[in-house]
Amino acid sequence: MSQYRVSGKGRVDLSKKINFTFEGKSYTGGQGDTVASALLSHGVHLMGRSFKYHRPRGAVAAGSEEPNALIGTRRGPGRFEPNTRATVQDIYEGLQTNAQNKYPSLKFDVGAVNDAAYMLFSAGFYYKTFMWPRSFWDKVYEPFIRAAAGLGVSPTEEDPDHYASRNLHIDVLVVGAGPTGIAAAKAASAEGLSVVIVDENREIGGTLLSEPQAVIDGIPAWAWIEQELAALKAQGVKVMTRTTAIGYYNDNLVGLVQKLTDHLPSLPADTPRERMWRVRAGQVVLAQGALEKPLVFHGNDRPGVMLAGSAQTFLNRYGVLVGKRPVVLTAHDSAWYAAFDLADAGAKVQAIVDVRDGVSEALIAGARDRNIPVRLSYTATATKGRLRVKSLRVNRMQGGTVGAAEEISCDAVLMSGGWTPSLHLFSHTKGKLAWDDDRTTFLPEMTPEDCVIAGASRGLWGIEAALNDGAEKGRAVAAALGKAGNAVSYTVAEDRTGSGVSMKELPTDLSPGKAKAFVDYQNDVTAKDLRLAVREGMRSIEHVKRYTTNGMATDQGKMSNINGLNIASDALGRKQPQVGLTTFRPPYTPTSFGAFAGYHRGSHFEVTRKTQIDAWAEENGAVFEPVSQWRRAWYFPKGGESMDDAVRRECATTRKSLGIFDASTLGKIEVVGPDAVEFMNRMYTNPWTKLGVGKCRYGLLCGDDGFIRDDGVIGRLGQDKFHVTTTTGGAARVLNMMEDYLQTEWPDLNVWLTSTTEEWSTIALNGPNAAKLLQPFTDVTLTEENFPHMSCVECEVAGMPARLFRVSFTGEIGFEVNVPAPMGRQLWETLWEAGQQYGITAYGTETMHVLRAEKGYIIVGQDTDGTVTPYDAGMGWAVGKAKPDFVGKRGLARPDLVAEGRKQLVGLVTEDGSKLEEGAQIVFDASQPIPMKMVGHVTSSYDVGTTDQPIALALVEGGHSRMGETVFIPMPDRTISAKITGTIFVDPDNAKLKIPASAENKGVAA
Amino acid sequence: MLLIHCPYCNETLPELEYAYAGEAHIARPANPSEVSDEEWAEFLFMRSNVKGIHYERWRHLHGCGRFFNAVRDTVSDKFLTTYEAGAPRPDLDTLVNTPAEGGK
Repeated sequence: MSQYRVSGKGRVDLSKKINFTFEGKSYTGGQGDTVASALLSHGVHLMGRSFKYHRPRGAVAAGSEEPNALIGTRRGPGRFEPNTRATVQDIYEGLQTNAQNKYPSLKFDVGAVNDAAYMLFSAGFYYKTFMWPRSFWDKVYEPFIRAAAGLGVSPTEEDPDHYASRNLHIDVLVVGAGPTGIAAAKAASAEGLSVVIVDENREIGGTLLSEPQAVIDGIPAWAWIEQELAALKAQGVKVMTRTTAIGYYNDNLVGLVQKLTDHLPSLPADTPRERMWRVRAGQVVLAQGALEKPLVFHGNDRPGVMLAGSAQTFLNRYGVLVGKRPVVLTAHDSAWYAAFDLADAGAKVQAIVDVRDGVSEALIAGARDRNIPVRLSYTATATKGRLRVKSLRVNRMQGGTVGAAEEISCDAVLMSGGWTPSLHLFSHTKGKLAWDDDRTTFLPEMTPEDCVIAGASRGLWGIEAALNDGAEKGRAVAAALGKAGNAVSYTVAEDRTGSGVSMKELPTDLSPGKAKAFVDYQNDVTAKDLRLAVREGMRSIEHVKRYTTNGMATDQGKMSNINGLNIASDALGRKQPQVGLTTFRPPYTPTSFGAFAGYHRGSHFEVTRKTQIDAWAEENGAVFEPVSQWRRAWYFPKGGESMDDAVRRECATTRKSLGIFDASTLGKIEVVGPDAVEFMNRMYTNPWTKLGVGKCRYGLLCGDDGFIRDDGVIGRLGQDKFHVTTTTGGAARVLNMMEDYLQTEWPDLNVWLTSTTEEWSTIALNGPNAAKLLQPFTDVTLTEENFPHMSCVECEVAGMPARLFRVSFTGEIGFEVNVPAPMGRQLWETLWEAGQQYGITAYGTETMHVLRAEKGYIIVGQDTDGTVTPYDAGMGWAVGKAKPDFVGKRGLARPDLVAEGRKQLVGLVTEDGSKLEEGAQIVFDASQPIPMKMVGHVTSSYDVGTTDQPIALALVEGGHSRMGETVFIPMPDRTISAKITGTIFVDPDNAKLKIPASAENKGVAA
Repeated sequence: MLLIHCPYCNETLPELEYAYAGEAHIARPANPSEVSDEEWAEFLFMRSNVKGIHYERWRHLHGCGRFFNAVRDTVSDKFLTTYEAGAPRPDLDTLVNTPAEGGK
């Protein structure tokens, strides 16, 4: 048995040795040990270095509130986790752990020079020190801060584990399975109520695990836990251990993270590492207990200085003495019991030092029985020892003055500054807190959620009080759900009730300016820092917190908040409630990204929408690009072609002969009903009344502010039926906007809107041979006369029911064939095969972009940005000015929208033939001083198309009246000059859109 | 995550099914061409942004698809009620003095 393990104590099973390593050295422990308890059983207190000063640190607590003992854990590739608290990580065979913030080694750390230079690192030192000179930022300050900052090291490999998510709907959730929670769950679990009780520890029991002396209704505490656990399970209560309630969200939604494998020596197949539960509970009982506060004095962070209650836990739960010659330093009765337990287990307690001038006779007698020297009305002013505490310096206090010092030799200091109710989840509910002057702490007052708070977390003390309060609250939540609940009450023998006082930093005879009396261990914040912040003008605790970083570490100030508040309010000379309490926010304890991500990782991170033709594109070597959620073929390189070469070829082939394009991602909305045409008149800028059945029109959609929102070709398939297309990314937005106006502004219109985006596969054929290719597959006569540009018809294509549109987004003869989605690939392959005689090319989105830009067709969202009107875009022709109203009509008449000097869409051709960068800013005068007046920007730019020079589209102030003028585009290395042109670079007369008269173009039946 | 009562489905469902749609009871002028620039700007841009009781619109986007109105306290994030689009503003005195229906 290891040196500090106490025979017959604790719940750790030592029958089988478990080996693990810390800092490369092997240690042993038993089943039920944490890394901290196992290391302490070997006398190892030094577990890490602190964040800022690199001071040696050991475990100060025994649970999840631990700020110091942060370790990295590893089990094979990818399974490294930094900042794990040694006090909650179970050991298992083969576990590898390491200390953090050490260089070059834990015992000798050069970063500890920061400790000697502590005057530099006072509160707000980042703000003060690194302001000057400016040139020092890049070379000195930033590299230094980056090297010094951060807790632990980020994992570098992908996490091979998987994480699960579940929803759970229940009647009652009990958070915390100490005496309060167990009693509450028992009382509530009646008449069929579904009850879940959760606890972050490996087993239920809470404080009872550390207080085995208590006897509940005649049954010893540990036996009682067994009995109650069996009883709860028998009543159908779901008991979840290793499960942390991380956050309390609106309407009684509580997030739970269940750890499933971090304690297992070998990972079971198909078990997630963690599971996130989203619990929606009818009622919640918060029974999170209370957390012990440290005392604030010079050297209170030396390894070996720890919370008295935690020392008691290490002894009673893990069978480990944290020291053989401890000294107890306290402001609360509870630490006396810790001293008694340690003494009874064989430790030679050097003294009990209490800051109070009187305690109960029973405590004095208890100390006397165990021959423990008692010093009342004493303060502690320093500790000694490098990597482990060797002595505590204490001074008698008399009438407000600090008397002569004496040193007490020791190997551990067990301190208690009293207890703080754990109000974290209560605080998440936006619950109100009330300051309790007697107990010098905040207590819960009221919450807007269906939630009660019970036991020590509302300031009650003692096991009997906790049990009975839990039972009462359990019945209360049952009653709130319309049930009676179980009537239970408890009597506890050997209950350790008590009281204490709350302190700011302890009085000292040493220079307070040189004291390192830590308030926040994890962020290395001292009492001196807090007082400095107040001297420098911080008045609210929120400001003090941010200036000093007190309570901002990963432990969220579980130990430091109230001590920090007491010191700040003392420095300000105001009561604590006037200084305020900082807000607790989820998560309660550090939570892995994996738990939040759940299943949403890799290819499951977001939906990838694919068309029916996507697989063909993949088989034919397409390179893809994401367009909103869609994956679209970008270009189809052939035999090692570059992207530019591929796009040039696709463009040229389409202009010369024939291109085929998958346009299925276009948004499609079916607008039907007796009032469909009136609805279209009101939504779109264009007039629709006179559009004949079988015709289509380019439609522009504005917002009521007059700016372009979307566009697309709209076909009239019947008097009461429109086939509306939208941009790929705009489909959902447009439908939502249409529904909004239809439902809330014009509920009188009889119109139905249906999203049909995924009902149709849409194949675009473009090029001089498009009609020739398509004609053999349809009865429709594809002549200029019979089926002119901007026609549409419901027909059959290659034997498939189709909606055929004669439209062009390239300037060539164009068709869009819509067939029922599943038939898309069949039609594509049919057309592809038939197209071989014309040297057909499949083209992707890049070629589509180039060809449309050459014709000056805009892309909403690229050439417009939410501040562009139809007039700005040069599309005043699409505005039905005679209509009494449409969405955007009034907006277009706003003074700013009719003012001179608006940015307008124009073409740009560079004088040196270079390609402009999209997004580049434009100026009128390149010789003006910097900062220049920017008058617009390049929206689209290409040099891979069919024009003999690079082309660009741009928004330029007053551009429409500046044709032929030269503008300048300043770039980092030079200034490019460009001439303003129209937006149409290819076939301005639209001659190529027409199908030449030819005998071949006859429908089969025509 | 809020629970929201859809007045059309008559069910209380998680916020994930809904989309927020701005302040309620801002009617588009019946004849926009006749309103002044100031009135139009007021309609387009000005919102009350209250701290407290707020009338607002939601859409049951992943459910029935209907837009409806709600009264929510922006401080407590609690719904006082939800009601169909087109219905008049509910009486605030009655709402504040009766327990919440909307969120439950």
